[in-house]
Amino acid sequence: MSEPRTLLAIDNVSKNFGRVTAVDGISLDIRENEFFALLGPSGCGKTTLLRMLAGFETPNDGRILLDGRDIARTPPNKRPVNLMFQSYALFPHMSVRANVSYGLEMERLPASEIRSRVDAILATTELVPFADRKPEQLSGGQKQRVALARALVKRPRLLLLDEPLGALDKKLRGAMQLELKRLQHEVGITFVIVTHDQEESLVMADRMAVLKDGKLLQCDTPHAVYEHPADRFVADFIGVMNFVAGKAAADGVLAANGERISGKVPATLTHGAAAVASVRPERVRLFPSDETANRTSGTVEALAYQGLDLQLHVRTALSPKPFLVRVTADAADRRPVSLGDQVELGWDAADVRIFAE
Amino acid sequence: MHSVAPPSRSSLLMAPALAWLAALMVVPCALVLALAFFRRGIYGGIDYTFTLENFGLVFDPLYAGIFLGSARIAGTATLIAVVIGYAAAYAIAAAPRRLQPIFLFFAVLPFWSNYLIRTYAWIVLLNREGLITQLLRWFGYTGEPPSMLYTEGAVIAGLVYNYLPFVILACYAPLSRLNPELAEASRDLGASAVTTFRRVILPLTVPGIAAGAVFVFVLSIGNFVTPALLGGGRFQMIGNLVYDQFLTANDWPFGAALAMALIAIMLLVLMAQALAADRASGRAAEAKGNADG
Repeated sequence: MSEPRTLLAIDNVSKNFGRVTAVDGISLDIRENEFFALLGPSGCGKTTLLRMLAGFETPNDGRILLDGRDIARTPPNKRPVNLMFQSYALFPHMSVRANVSYGLEMERLPASEIRSRVDAILATTELVPFADRKPEQLSGGQKQRVALARALVKRPRLLLLDEPLGALDKKLRGAMQLELKRLQHEVGITFVIVTHDQEESLVMADRMAVLKDGKLLQCDTPHAVYEHPADRFVADFIGVMNFVAGKAAADGVLAANGERISGKVPATLTHGAAAVASVRPERVRLFPSDETANRTSGTVEALAYQGLDLQLHVRTALSPKPFLVRVTADAADRRPVSLGDQVELGWDAADVRIFAE
Repeated sequence: MHSVAPPSRSSLLMAPALAWLAALMVVPCALVLALAFFRRGIYGGIDYTFTLENFGLVFDPLYAGIFLGSARIAGTATLIAVVIGYAAAYAIAAAPRRLQPIFLFFAVLPFWSNYLIRTYAWIVLLNREGLITQLLRWFGYTGEPPSMLYTEGAVIAGLVYNYLPFVILACYAPLSRLNPELAEASRDLGASAVTTFRRVILPLTVPGIAAGAVFVFVLSIGNFVTPALLGGGRFQMIGNLVYDQFLTANDWPFGAALAMALIAIMLLVLMAQALAADRASGRAAEAKGNADG
């Protein structure tokens, strides 16, 4: 396979509002036709970065290269980039059709072309029966689709989506996640989505960037970010993680209670420095049959049955917080556990990630 | 929502207001209306014989011309007030949130002083040797002082100045409620700032403009103080004509007919605006009903 082409290069971009630095020297590449997620807690700078890509903010420093051309100072109406607003920002005085046509009218396209392109996108987004309705006559999911259609009909080089599923209820959100992915594949447009929901970016994104305090912490595939988080914050922010605090040793972390957690110590961590060892709940085994590098025991404090799997909170001597363990329903059936049981836990050294504290 | 009180008792609460309106609005208006159907007495009294002559006289070219002139002056004042007021409201709505109440306070501040005094202040300003002339002299102007007072322009300026705060308040309301992301969405879809204003911001704030415009027009067309003071009696508006019929010409029946014609014009304008606003909100309500259903 050939190397994917870079569509958008964000080159050392910074933005500050007065004394507040919202985006602090971020560099990342977004590739042609990918579904890219900007993820981070609120205030991490992801929305400011998105607004700079759309043209509503101008970076104080750095370049934004679209197809190799710096667009950092191009006004929003002059760049082939469209934004789907979090509030959808549909024009309340216009019908669905008028909302969707608006962007093409601005390009001064012939009426016949506008009509056929609008018809096509209304069909793709299943909005044909609602074409003559006003936005206030639509449900939340329908409004979201109009906002999407209005941006997509312009065939932008890059579509930006600001928390596109934030206003929808949980069930609809799950369906729309897959719907958005399907649409992205169908129209072949590069999507950049901003979200604070790590699960959403794991499900949808081809690649994702994790931001915190205006800085880029990690940019990789969801799998890589989940399995090899760049630091403690990313490990904690993405998914669920068990942490054991202690001191870095030659081949692991020496926990506060004297137990040793085996794992690969990063080269940057000096011997004796404060460190945390971490392991995902699904990597921890209950009553391990074979020899595992790491073992501990504890008391079952809480049980949560979740259909496919069972989640246990196990009180151990390793950390002040209970250890989270996720086992499949099958495994739980073979050896049932109940509240207050004494259990053995084990996990491999390869599943341990060690970070500076 | 539960009503505060049973209908019979809540209608009781309206009684004082209704009594007030009946005694001080409906009855005097009915008396004036009745007056319009009688003849003028020889010595300025009223001859109680029925006639429609007074209404016929309203359409006499001389008086119809004054009606048209008044409408023109009021219309011009309305247009200017709307342009200035909308721009001011736009600027206030675009200011930082915490400064907006302060700007609005200053916009409404002139209301706290008397209408007459404010209008006299304009005389001081526009006089032959008034402040404006002095300012011109200070800049080195040596010619004849410009004649500004007692012109139609002075009347229009006075009306615009006095009623501008209404327009600012009426336009500020929809502008401040406008989601700023709508303008951004328009820009994002390729519209220039001018197109965004014309196709998104303006249509969504028309109700405020209409309310402010009707206010200025209705108050201007019946005004008699400003034309008397700043027009110097040279520019008669309907208000002055009515005033003269009652107090100078002593022709109460004709004055009453003129007053009724003026009220009819005002009511027509108000009704047209109410109807348009009702249609707009009716559409919105209907739309809401469909969405819920």
